[in-house]
Amino acid sequence: MAEPKSITITVDGKSLSAPAGTLLIEACKAVGIEVPSFCYYPGLSLQAACRMCLVRIEKMPKLQTACTVQITDGMVVTSDSDEVRQARKSMIELLLGNHPLDCPVCDAGGECELQDMTFKYGAAESRYMEGKLHKEEQQWSPVVYFDRPRCILCYRCVRACGEGMDVWALGVQNRGSSSVIAPNQGDHLECEECGMCIDICPVGALTSGAYRYKTRPWEMKHVGTICTHCGDGCKTTLGMRRSDTGMDIVRGDNRDKSGINGDFLCIKGRYAFDYFDHKDRLRHPLIRRNGQLTQATWEEALEHVGKRLKEIRDTQGGQAIGVIGSNRTTNEENYLLQKFARTVLGTNNIDHHRTTDFAGFARAITGKQNATATMRDVATASSILLIGNDPTEQHPLLAWNIRSNVRLNRAKLFIVNSRPIKLRRQAAAFLQVPEGRESKFVAFLNGDDTAAGSLTSPAVSNDSLKQVRDQLRGAQDPIIIFGSELRGADIAALVKFGSGVRAMFICLGDYANSRGAADMGLYPDLFPGYVAADGPHNFNEEWGKVPQVKGMDIAGMMQAAKDRKLAALYVVGSNPVTDYSFDPAALQNAFVVVQELFLTETALLAEVVFPAASAYEKAGTFTNTCGDIQLLKKAGEISSVRSDFEIIVRVADRMGADTKKLVPFGKGVHADMGQSRGAQSGEADRHAVWLTANNLDPRLSPFDPMAILDEIQRLVPGYEFSRLNLIAGNDEHVTAAEHSNAGAGNGLVQIVPANDSLFTSGTLGRYSHTLNSVIENRRSTESKEVMAD
Amino acid sequence: MVISEKLDRFFDEKMKEYPTQRSFLVPMLLYTQDELGYLTNEAIAHIAKKVDLTELEVRNVISYYSMLRTKPLGKYHVQVCTNISCMLRGGEEVFEHCKQRLGIGHKQATPDGLFSLEEVECIGACSWAPAVQVNYDFHENLTPEKMDAVLDQYSRKAKQ
Amino acid sequence: MADLVSHPDETRVVSQRFGKGAADINRHLELDGYKAVQKALQMQPDDIINEVKTSNLRGRGGAGFSTGMKWAFVPKQSDKPKYILVNGDESEPGTCKDRLILEHDPHSVIEGVVIAGLAVGAKVGYVYIRGEYRYLVDIMRKAIADAYAKGFLGKNIFGSGKDFDVHWHTGAGAYEVGEESALMESLEGKRGIPRIRPPFPAIVGLWGGPTVINNVETLASVPHIILMGGQKFADYGPPKNGGTRLFCLSGHINKPGVYELPLGYPLKKMIYEVGGGIPNGRKLKAVVPGGSSTFVLTAEEADQMNMDFDSFSKRGEFLGSGGVVVLDDQTCMVKFALRVMKFYQHESCGWCIPCREGTDWLKKTLTRFHAGGGLKKDIDNIKYLAQNMLGRTFCPLGDAAAIPTMSIVDKWRSEFEAHLEGRPCPFEPEGSRTISELPVIA
Ligand SMILES: Cc1cc2nc3c(=O)[nH]c(=O)nc-3n(C[C@H](O)[C@H](O)[C@H](O)COP(=O)(O)O)c2cc1C
Ligand code: SF4
Ligand code: FES
Repeated sequence: MAEPKSITITVDGKSLSAPAGTLLIEACKAVGIEVPSFCYYPGLSLQAACRMCLVRIEKMPKLQTACTVQITDGMVVTSDSDEVRQARKSMIELLLGNHPLDCPVCDAGGECELQDMTFKYGAAESRYMEGKLHKEEQQWSPVVYFDRPRCILCYRCVRACGEGMDVWALGVQNRGSSSVIAPNQGDHLECEECGMCIDICPVGALTSGAYRYKTRPWEMKHVGTICTHCGDGCKTTLGMRRSDTGMDIVRGDNRDKSGINGDFLCIKGRYAFDYFDHKDRLRHPLIRRNGQLTQATWEEALEHVGKRLKEIRDTQGGQAIGVIGSNRTTNEENYLLQKFARTVLGTNNIDHHRTTDFAGFARAITGKQNATATMRDVATASSILLIGNDPTEQHPLLAWNIRSNVRLNRAKLFIVNSRPIKLRRQAAAFLQVPEGRESKFVAFLNGDDTAAGSLTSPAVSNDSLKQVRDQLRGAQDPIIIFGSELRGADIAALVKFGSGVRAMFICLGDYANSRGAADMGLYPDLFPGYVAADGPHNFNEEWGKVPQVKGMDIAGMMQAAKDRKLAALYVVGSNPVTDYSFDPAALQNAFVVVQELFLTETALLAEVVFPAASAYEKAGTFTNTCGDIQLLKKAGEISSVRSDFEIIVRVADRMGADTKKLVPFGKGVHADMGQSRGAQSGEADRHAVWLTANNLDPRLSPFDPMAILDEIQRLVPGYEFSRLNLIAGNDEHVTAAEHSNAGAGNGLVQIVPANDSLFTSGTLGRYSHTLNSVIENRRSTESKEVMAD
Repeated sequence: MVISEKLDRFFDEKMKEYPTQRSFLVPMLLYTQDELGYLTNEAIAHIAKKVDLTELEVRNVISYYSMLRTKPLGKYHVQVCTNISCMLRGGEEVFEHCKQRLGIGHKQATPDGLFSLEEVECIGACSWAPAVQVNYDFHENLTPEKMDAVLDQYSRKAKQ
Repeated sequence: MADLVSHPDETRVVSQRFGKGAADINRHLELDGYKAVQKALQMQPDDIINEVKTSNLRGRGGAGFSTGMKWAFVPKQSDKPKYILVNGDESEPGTCKDRLILEHDPHSVIEGVVIAGLAVGAKVGYVYIRGEYRYLVDIMRKAIADAYAKGFLGKNIFGSGKDFDVHWHTGAGAYEVGEESALMESLEGKRGIPRIRPPFPAIVGLWGGPTVINNVETLASVPHIILMGGQKFADYGPPKNGGTRLFCLSGHINKPGVYELPLGYPLKKMIYEVGGGIPNGRKLKAVVPGGSSTFVLTAEEADQMNMDFDSFSKRGEFLGSGGVVVLDDQTCMVKFALRVMKFYQHESCGWCIPCREGTDWLKKTLTRFHAGGGLKKDIDNIKYLAQNMLGRTFCPLGDAAAIPTMSIVDKWRSEFEAHLEGRPCPFEPEGSRTISELPVIA
């Protein structure tokens, strides 16, 4: 596509250039001239309803709306004059006529666009003398409240819900001054509960059930961090307050539109942080005494674990110990855990809950350039092939980006799925194939026409299959996205096809850092960066002696425990008993240590349980399912829990390991902080102060994840991104998979997709009050409807 | 059947005259209302399905148009115009008279469900003002006395 | 249904078949019906457009835009089908002429649609009739069916090898739907919210296709123009204001009714001679020249005005839709302003702030004011609100509400002052209202 030509216009005497087709309001914004607006919202359809953006354009008889006018060459615009200011002021006056002045008790007070504009255009004295309309506030869902008189009818919520989310749960009813935003079920909403409508509301008309009346915006500290739920890695800004337990997260949003998700968040990113202060949250170490898990001190618990593990290792060898890592802990913790397993425990028996075949993916794209797409790419690619998965439920941001791309750029979307997933509404072609036949489609893509036979149905003809294949063969740099339906050799086949059309890939895994767990080597056969454990690698040189033989995967460890060959199992942030439906009896005789937030089904079997910090209470990095790495910032502290990182280091210490080797924190501190970050003296201090101010640990202790990140960046190919950019809060793309050296696969491993819905999120989700109340609410309206029949 | 088969078929025929399914929606709602007296929940669901829209969307449309209603009114809906031309020639008196005589106000119905009353905007009878529409029938050049005769006529009609 | 009137000054072009049973297709044919279409079928599209341009026909819906020009805007080539849309939503207070055309001569509208279609290359037309006019919908349904039966519509019309379809459609009570872009929304089965322009309907209209939208009377004029020739039609009126138009006389007038008079006809003559003057020996106070959306004229101004587009636009005002409403000296202008605002408040689609909030605020203030609860500052505030609506709303409905209000405050300020602070309306009988019954005052 040819770049649109640049056009020059004059605004308030300033000359400025922008591409043809740019809206005047955007052209002005680009040079710092702010044209006020309520109804205009980038990426949503134009309304021209609020008339706040009126400007004078030469040769036009009336004031024009800058939000709808496309610039034309030589246009002369006045955006700031008495006439224009008066027009804006009068709009505010008209709005305030009926708008309640309840700012002191309004949730939006302090961050209300109407308040700000009133301040700016000074409609302070009221001309209105009639009584104002009053209506009781309504609760539309567990998360959405509506205060009608506050609504200024900018229709942002209606569009965000309809155009953006493709949910269409909000409408406009009546007309004239009786116009009102209405929910789809008469007096309540049935929707995806994303809360987009609330955050996009410029005033306090739509408020959040989780946040309302809790605080004033200026009383919060705002910490931009990463959502801890699905694998998409949305940035979420947490509103933090102090509380008696140490911290209180009052809300989550992404109103500043920073991060890979712009202003998007799903229900989980916006509300489901609330598991952090669930009443069942573990706050003390537990040790099993007389068969009962009883409260213990950190000292006792660490001592006990250190001693027992050392004993087992020294007497039975490392292979008698198994380690299960987490999809929700940071890259640094995952890396540290496997290093601890391999160097301190001396075992390759390490695995994690695999929700998709990242290892197979790495094997398939090894050595390829630009083989993985970023989350941002999804919003701009000209065509997308989606095989398997249901992003609307499992990867909400991905779904949002796909929808936006189709809507705004007319991207072509092809879907192959065994279920009629909702994204089919955006698809240029939707092929519903029998369950489990996704791989046949891949074979068909690669030219195996006989595979078509097992794919056709009344809805999918041979021709439609061929048409899709032809279109894909002709596609320009498409993105191919696939779920856990494809594994091992099927992924390799898909990559083979995709390489022919210069495709970029996304392999979909289920939790906030499952990609990180894979990249960091939580595998019995793969070291960090998908390096074959039994092949040549240089981790030996760095770490000293490491086991050369492949270890056991989760299933293997469980079997070994049952067979009394596994004496100890160390579990970090994982619930294998439930995830894999293992028989708890298998662990009867093993020494089980669990680091957890809650007393999960697995923790219940433990000998020692360490209460761990959640991802909101620590710093580090997460790698999303696309390979976008982002900074997790510590938002606050819960007293008496510790980060998984710290727990691992302390256990290693109790085992007599050299913590300086495990976490190279001392190494080069002076040199690094004094020299490499700048020649001026005092730089190191300033850097440390800056890190602290941004809730990052300065690398002065063995509990500093940044120290491990140094090592990761040094040892894991594909992780050599710009640290500065990361720390500044931006996303970086890592390519460990492309740089991997995984060797041949060792047969199909057990992949257990999480199958989460929009309202569930593995074990953690069960402790979210909001998610539960939405599920509960749905159940009760369903049963009401049944009863009414 | 929520609406008569005849009406449903009529809709199917009319819908073919447009390139999109929903286009005939507004007349469809009005004709459905004519048959049922008002737009019932079932009718809304039926029509929504017919034109492939959500019920919300159909309700958004219904609530926009002043002739459409989701609650029953009288069998004879007396719509008195009081807009300028009618006002200047006694439209308000006619409206007041109807209120008195029927004992009901704006958008209310008599207890027997026979009459309902509404003060409406210009109905295009300005040169024959003041004017009233009872359902779709025009009655023009009215006075309170003539209005009585009109109402009597409908009361009689109801008894037949 | 509605009574017909007549006056010797009338020039009956559009209304020539009124009262002659021309709704019946055979009767219509006896009265030269469908000759114009057949003539147009022999013409080149551009020649049709030029004929209409020559006639100086300007839109009868209210805005008075040149019909020939409007047709010429439609692109010759288009990927999407083109459409003709007849605006029969007639809801402008004071206007009741389209009703007569649809009742007495529906076939002339059908003819007009087909000719417009031939001119711009459209093959489908829709006749949108307001929901209240059900009997006219029934008349139009029959007229269309009859025209199909005779082969005037459908495939191969008049054996010309050309196809043309005309369909009827109806509204359900909404003045705003008369606004052309809202009309399209309504025809597409949506709420009557106007569209952002540009693009204009001639380029992107119904279902994205180029669309000509014309008033019923405009299109009903077209067959006559084709038959008599554009020049002859133009000659009826003053330069650039071609033809005749249906004026709807109403209000305080002895002989209210719809009269077809040449454009440029003096308003004074229209009131006193055609309309027979003001009843009960009263004097003229004000005239609404073309529906409630126009600037209200004082008696003195009315004496000077000629009823054509340019005479009004010269003054920065509008001729409007043909609804001439006459107000005698016993009319309370505050009450009149209130009734007009009540209408616009009721009909505002609610999309944009100034119209939605402005009409509501003005209605409330005028209600209180008229009832005797007004303060001096209200008068300026009323004007301020109207001024701040004017030219800033999403569609012209906001202007339509502001214009009469501003002109009434400007021209009859003394009547507002006479209502001030507790004084009952001087035009209402003693003791008819008291302050205690007033609506809420904050
Ligand atoms: C609020 C509003 C209401 C209108 N109502 C009507 C109407 O009822 N009938 C009509 O013909 N034009 C109406 N118009 C004018 C139309 O927008 C449009 O100009 C007209 O139908 C074009 O036809 P014409 O060029 O033949 O006049 C209205 C305009 C506005 C702004
Ligand atoms: S899409 Fe995923 S990452 Fe984004 S907010 Fe939802 S759960 Fe969190
Ligand atoms: S931002 Fe332009 S009208 Fe609202």
